[in-house]
Amino acid sequence: MRYAMAVDTKKCVGCSDCVVACQTENNVPHGFCREWVVEVMNGTYPQLEIEIRSERCNHCINAPCVRCCPTGASHFADGGIVLVDHNKCIGCGACIASCPYDARYPHPSGYVDKCTFCIHRIKAGLKPACAAVCPTKCIYFGDLDDPNSDVSVVLKKRKSKTLIPEAGTKPQLYFLI
Amino acid sequence: MEEEIFVSGRMNQLIDPQLNIWHWQIPLYLFLGGMAAGILCIAALYYIRGREEDYKTAVRITPFLAPFLLIVGLITLFIDLRHKMFFWQLYLNIRLQSPMSWGAWTLMVITPVSFIWAALHIKDIFPKWDWKFKWIYDLETFFNKYKKVLAWIMLIYGIILGIYTGILLSAFNARPLWNTSILGPLFLSSGLSAGAAATLILSKNKEERKQFARIDLVLIGIELFFIIHMFMGFLASTQVQIEAAKLFLGGPYTMSFWIFVVILGMLIPALLEFMELGKFHIPAIVPAVLVIFGSLMLRFIIVYAGQVSRWLY
Repeated sequence: MRYAMAVDTKKCVGCSDCVVACQTENNVPHGFCREWVVEVMNGTYPQLEIEIRSERCNHCINAPCVRCCPTGASHFADGGIVLVDHNKCIGCGACIASCPYDARYPHPSGYVDKCTFCIHRIKAGLKPACAAVCPTKCIYFGDLDDPNSDVSVVLKKRKSKTLIPEAGTKPQLYFLI
Repeated sequence: MEEEIFVSGRMNQLIDPQLNIWHWQIPLYLFLGGMAAGILCIAALYYIRGREEDYKTAVRITPFLAPFLLIVGLITLFIDLRHKMFFWQLYLNIRLQSPMSWGAWTLMVITPVSFIWAALHIKDIFPKWDWKFKWIYDLETFFNKYKKVLAWIMLIYGIILGIYTGILLSAFNARPLWNTSILGPLFLSSGLSAGAAATLILSKNKEERKQFARIDLVLIGIELFFIIHMFMGFLASTQVQIEAAKLFLGGPYTMSFWIFVVILGMLIPALLEFMELGKFHIPAIVPAVLVIFGSLMLRFIIVYAGQVSRWLY
């Protein structure tokens, strides 16, 4: 099993609904976010091109945060989801410094927090909150090992890219282009 | 032209607009740990080579600083933790891929060893010292019998401690400035030179002072070599590392790095020590304090500048 997510940059309108859904679903403390929307503007007026991306933890296969964690609090859960065990985390900040995507933040309670792909919802057979709430349905989620899952189908059909693949992290958050 | 903005206004504290997760505690610890490692390595090396009588201060007196440096270092590390009450998790896990885990276990070994070494030489500082209990005297005899083993442990773990303070940073490929394996040897040589400087301050023996001025001179040469190599490596590497090097070559850290670390911390003390070895008389404390100051600034600047460097995103 290998969970992955694909975000359609052509369909995303940058409404930030996913951001709010994530904050509500996961009780993200005020002033922080586990996911965010980036808008990239390219070219000179009037020849402009825009790319909108809903970003979060990339749940990398070769995750530097898991490698550098001194206590094993950062670990791989089922399906390659990168999780932080709050009762093992000492809040040293090594994983935060090790993430090229800056996807982690220090929770005010002391431990380090990040996107979990809403593992509690997946276990209940639901989609992650961001994917479930997206009004343009541009977020695909599923198991890459299952050729019929939403994400496998759309990745086969469309061209995609990952962010900073040269960092060697093997990210599992794909952007359809 | 390309412009990139966070539409959803991501402003995670300590992460945006640039990483700011490690503050004064980490560089201060890296300095204290590095200096303690330097002191212990030099003491162990001279003891193993049987030069204890020639370099009494380095083997017997300076190591008294090490336990204090390590304890203060451990306290700063503890202050840095955000989930403090779970710190013991460090000692329930051995994670070979995590430099921080290596460091935690190394400290677990070298801190008690440094206390034992200091205790064995306590009569050199307080001649009338009395341990009061017989079992402590028995322990003292025991450790005196195996002092050579103790010295070897101190040397090996001292080197690991000195190198790990650099490897800790170089293991983060997300921060291009840190992501160079030169940082390990650079921090080790900088720690050794701070350790030599401590003996230079404490020693009252002219011959010993001369020897340590020579050692410091060689170590400064090695450090300069590593620094030049580091920049050569950066400038010949990928765009992100070129950008990282530019922080020191015209960027915001240019002045502080070249003035405090290279000129005040290396070139001037090297010149003063060179003059001292010649005919001039220079108070040993001046170059020694400059070397220690440079060693501290090196850690601060590398830790802060590293957090500014990032992948082009």
